[in-house]
Amino acid sequence: MRIRVAALAVLAALVAQPAFAGTSPTLDKIKKNGYLRCGVSEGLPGFSNPDAKGNWTGLDVDFCKALAAAIFNDQQKVRYTPASAKVRFTALQSGEYDVLSRNTTWTMSRDVQLGLEFAGVIYYDGQGFMVPKKMNVKSAKQLNGANVCTQTGTTTELNLADYFRSNNLKYTVIAFEKDEEVVAAYDAGRCDALTTDQSGLYAERLQLKNPADHIILPEIISKEPLGPAVNQNDPQWADIVRWTLFALVNAEELGVTSKNVDQMLSSPNPEIRRLLGVEGAFGQSMGLTNDWAVRVIKQVGNYGEIFERNVGQGSPLKIQRGQNALWTKGGLQYAPPVR
Amino acid sequence: MAPTARQTTRPPVERIGPIEWLRENLFSTPFNAALSVIAMAIIYILVVPTFRWAFIDAVWAGDSRDACLAVNTGACWPFIENRIGQILYGFYDEAERWRANLTLFLLAAGILWLTMPGMRGKPLVAVLLLTVFPLIAYVLLTGGFGLEIVPTYRWGGLLLTLVIAVTGIVLSLPLGILLALGRRSDLPAVRIASVLFIEFWRGVPLVTVLFMASYMLPLFLPQGMSADKLLRALIAVALFNSAYMAEVVRGGLQAMPKGQTEAATALGLGYWQTHALIILPQALRLAIPNIVSTFIGIFKDTTLVSIIGFFDLLGMIQAGTSDAHWSTPSTAFTGYLFAGAIFWIFCFSMSRYSRHMERVLSAGERR
Repeated sequence: MRIRVAALAVLAALVAQPAFAGTSPTLDKIKKNGYLRCGVSEGLPGFSNPDAKGNWTGLDVDFCKALAAAIFNDQQKVRYTPASAKVRFTALQSGEYDVLSRNTTWTMSRDVQLGLEFAGVIYYDGQGFMVPKKMNVKSAKQLNGANVCTQTGTTTELNLADYFRSNNLKYTVIAFEKDEEVVAAYDAGRCDALTTDQSGLYAERLQLKNPADHIILPEIISKEPLGPAVNQNDPQWADIVRWTLFALVNAEELGVTSKNVDQMLSSPNPEIRRLLGVEGAFGQSMGLTNDWAVRVIKQVGNYGEIFERNVGQGSPLKIQRGQNALWTKGGLQYAPPVR
Repeated sequence: MAPTARQTTRPPVERIGPIEWLRENLFSTPFNAALSVIAMAIIYILVVPTFRWAFIDAVWAGDSRDACLAVNTGACWPFIENRIGQILYGFYDEAERWRANLTLFLLAAGILWLTMPGMRGKPLVAVLLLTVFPLIAYVLLTGGFGLEIVPTYRWGGLLLTLVIAVTGIVLSLPLGILLALGRRSDLPAVRIASVLFIEFWRGVPLVTVLFMASYMLPLFLPQGMSADKLLRALIAVALFNSAYMAEVVRGGLQAMPKGQTEAATALGLGYWQTHALIILPQALRLAIPNIVSTFIGIFKDTTLVSIIGFFDLLGMIQAGTSDAHWSTPSTAFTGYLFAGAIFWIFCFSMSRYSRHMERVLSAGERR
């Protein structure tokens, strides 16, 4: 009951704000429901999986929490729907959820033909290699003549062939039907290297007998930019999703964290002042309040915090930032300015 | 004629004891002996390592993946222990799980009452189980009347498996009987409608039906018109299986000699009386093995709801294995073994009970 009253109060506060732009039907519906509906993966280590207490956790899940914090000032107001790879787009189109935050690769056909709108890239993934440390290999270019384990019938096999051919390397592919079989074969020493998407390699490394004896090579041989997607028919909602993602990245670049966000409110830096809504009316122009980014950062943290907590050094996966470092630190994460 | 010496037959060789039993049952001919040896070799090769892996080399206690990594040879049972709440109830709120327990207890008590020989008041219990119990279960599980609402998207695990299986089983049998009678009806409209219904549902895979019910239906219906997603799935499962059940029951009906109907008609019984009192009791008995097969199929098909975003028993275990805090070489296999064991217990119980029913019901024939 108290929650309902609080929700009504938040709703009333939101309604009372003068709306500058036209209203978004999706946002209106989310506010009316009192929760955000978010499509996530059925279980992908570090990205979305239920924890021991039955709460969803992960990088993709935290993005949904960030949206809920922006809209409701309450990161808990999310209803998660596990979506399999087969149904994820149909379910988004049929309105089963408001946003699909499910390690989905942004491709042209999906963006253009399926009527989706990708909000940005939350994780730059791509096919990589894992090898035993004792092989003393530091680069994929040294894999000449290697036996490579992979899954059958995926684009992984094709990328592998392209990469080895373009680098004039010989290799033998050992393919299996099931993911578990690939890992078991690699662990049993049947192949010298295992290849799949890099985020998957880190998860599969945990299923080996001695995870510490294996390393993931730095090369990424395919482009798999993963990002949240929404329906194309509501551009204002797409803006909210896009700029919530940008706010996370901008916050990291500007050094705003969940711990110091309150002090940052009095920062003289105009970029920080605009991001946090001290200057300008950027939140209101999206149909939110001006301090939307403050709420997001305070409750969920900035992009770097989310990354480290779920897949980085704060998690069992221990994924390096690599391509997902900020552009100022040699990575690809770059967000347009709030201006 | 000279009197012949009276032939004395020697007493029969003692044919008891384990050695004799083996000789008689497993090594009666060289061919059988060879088959027995091969079979035992296969059992040895498969069962012994599985048993070692699951029990002897297994890890039994611990609170994270480190416990299972340390030994790292057998099953990782602490994972199951850690997840047992989710495996049984899904995301059902912990404080409210007693409601699920109470529901399942009532159901189990009712079923036991009906299946135990010699219990009194079986018809009354059956009627209560089919009319009052679903209402009680609905209120207990979803909430209302002062109970906190637990939306169906939080249901999962064994609870969800049982909800779908029981609803599917309970609804598909009566619907199937009606459809089977409809298909054999003399009224063309009823017959054609039944045939169309049965052939439509048998012609589409269950995955497609679930997919249509959960994702396509909302596209066709006006906004806010569509029912709860689980309810749609339950209706889809019930309709789908009633078509199969109809054909199973029709098989039993076909096997009935025409004389039975004629005798009933001669006694002045009408259509419904003939079927309720004479035909169906016999036809259903004949159909028991197939009916139970269909029940078992329904139970196992519940795993398909994972494609529409529900975590049944298997889905919940799979989701649990994706927790990086529990990733070990054996986590996934332990989970699958556990899921398999639970499914086996339920399906095997159904199968045993059907054998028992067949024996009891065919007592008249054996006389």
